[in-house]
Amino acid sequence: MKILVCISSVPDTTSKISFTDGDTQFNKTGIQYIIGPYDDYALARAVELKESLGGTVTVLNVGLADAEPQIRKALAIGADDAIRVDVEPTDSYFVAEQIARIAKAENYDLILMGRETTDYNSGVVHGIVGELLGVASFSPVMELSIEGNHAKMTREIEGGKEKLEASLPLVLGCQEPIAEWKIPNMRGIMTARTKPLKVVAPSGESLTSIDKYNLPPAKGAVKMIPAEDAGQLIRLLQTEAKVL
Amino acid sequence: MSVLVYIELAEGSIKKTSFEAIFYASKVAKMTGGSVTALAIGEASAAELGKAGNYGAAKVLHAGDSSLFQSNIIAYSKVLLEAVSKTGAKIIVTAKSSLADAVTARAAGALKAGVVGNVTELPDLSSGFKVKRSIFSGKAFALTQISSDIKVIAIKKNAISPVETSSEAAVESFSVSLDASVFDAKVTETVKASGAVSLPEADLVVSGGRGMKGPEHWQPLLDLAEALGAATACSKPVSDLDWRPHHEHVGQTGVKVAPNLYIACGISGAIQHLAGVNSSKVIVVINKDPEAPFFKAADYGIVGDVFDVLPKLTAAVKTL
Repeated sequence: MKILVCISSVPDTTSKISFTDGDTQFNKTGIQYIIGPYDDYALARAVELKESLGGTVTVLNVGLADAEPQIRKALAIGADDAIRVDVEPTDSYFVAEQIARIAKAENYDLILMGRETTDYNSGVVHGIVGELLGVASFSPVMELSIEGNHAKMTREIEGGKEKLEASLPLVLGCQEPIAEWKIPNMRGIMTARTKPLKVVAPSGESLTSIDKYNLPPAKGAVKMIPAEDAGQLIRLLQTEAKVL
Repeated sequence: MSVLVYIELAEGSIKKTSFEAIFYASKVAKMTGGSVTALAIGEASAAELGKAGNYGAAKVLHAGDSSLFQSNIIAYSKVLLEAVSKTGAKIIVTAKSSLADAVTARAAGALKAGVVGNVTELPDLSSGFKVKRSIFSGKAFALTQISSDIKVIAIKKNAISPVETSSEAAVESFSVSLDASVFDAKVTETVKASGAVSLPEADLVVSGGRGMKGPEHWQPLLDLAEALGAATACSKPVSDLDWRPHHEHVGQTGVKVAPNLYIACGISGAIQHLAGVNSSKVIVVINKDPEAPFFKAADYGIVGDVFDVLPKLTAAVKTL
């Protein structure tokens, strides 16, 4: 089993978001970066599959050098080697194009990534990669098992889920509970330092660009209603908030 | 510019969020001097599809072959590509959903189109083509320029308030010959909560957290949801504990909702939970802990026992 896991490096979900340079740049000061939470599930499942079926797990990140701690963490969790495409991941098509270009040369059985990144939330990179490679893609996948050349999956749909089966190769956008997040152990951390990390140059160009950022307006103060008079809330929702 | 809107069907009806997408597309067509064609894939009556006209579609292409009744990402994306080529559309609009994302993503891959999701406003055409989108799970917005020839826009719920008219759309049967290989993937089982209000589409949501104390105590919450006609949701710990199904989990790694009203019962309001609900218009928090962080993000709050408060709310709703 030859698996490629694509990981993003994103601000920790508790980060305070702000912008600089006249709201044209994301303010990275003081931000703690992590492996994209959904990508982390994909990575954990990939490592489990490798442990049970044998094979290799390669980690791919499209990002600048500041993503390398996250790549090393993925290696410590159990990936064998890593590739970083040295460019800011500015746009879904552009990122997918980088992934597809690398995947094309290597014939992976599975290409896993999160259903979306938690910074730009687009959720389309897996589909674009699938199309560019001429390979089936599914998302969001919450269960995955492999038997020979065959994958059994559970995909979340609105209000429920569907079970589906397809032949490899596949590109999958993953989400919980496909696997539990893995925490690297000391041995993993030590070996990760010497695992190969190849840096390659990007090609192509971004099809979208951000002109300006802004924050939502600040929330007004909360209006408290005494518990014994809870019914009053419903009247306020109807007459004041006008949502009923 | 010719605009194509990909609409979704649920049990034979056009989804509510798809009406928003049609209306959005009709506004974009007006701004760019073109007309709107809607593409519907799956099972629906001509009368139902004609309703796309009420929101501004001039024509509906209906790919209604029985092989397409079951949603199929690969087949649907091929049909979408055919519709793009038939209409010469330069702008593809859809309402964001996991199916629409998957289908439009593949089409964008084939068309080398820039894709922007979670769009919250009509485009700004003053210089180029810019759309405002929600990013960081609702914590910020980004005005994004799309420079590709063909553009794909997935709008967020409530991006626009559709105005209904009496015009009807002409419905045209659209048949696409598909290679058998697109049906290689087989759906073997579908489990769906029937009759319940769809969570991503819901205008009203009642949600429970660990403060509900166990799955056997959910009835008061379900009663309020039923009285309101609301969808039910839950926090991550609740779905992790299997108290409620995973598709009800809202938050950073679950469903992102944008209802008019979100009522949180016994949820403390961890930042990961807020990331899934912060696009709600009005948030009500009921929690016995006055220090629960969720109150800071709320519009209305009640400090009290959910099991005392919920029946009172249900009773009050019934008197409306």
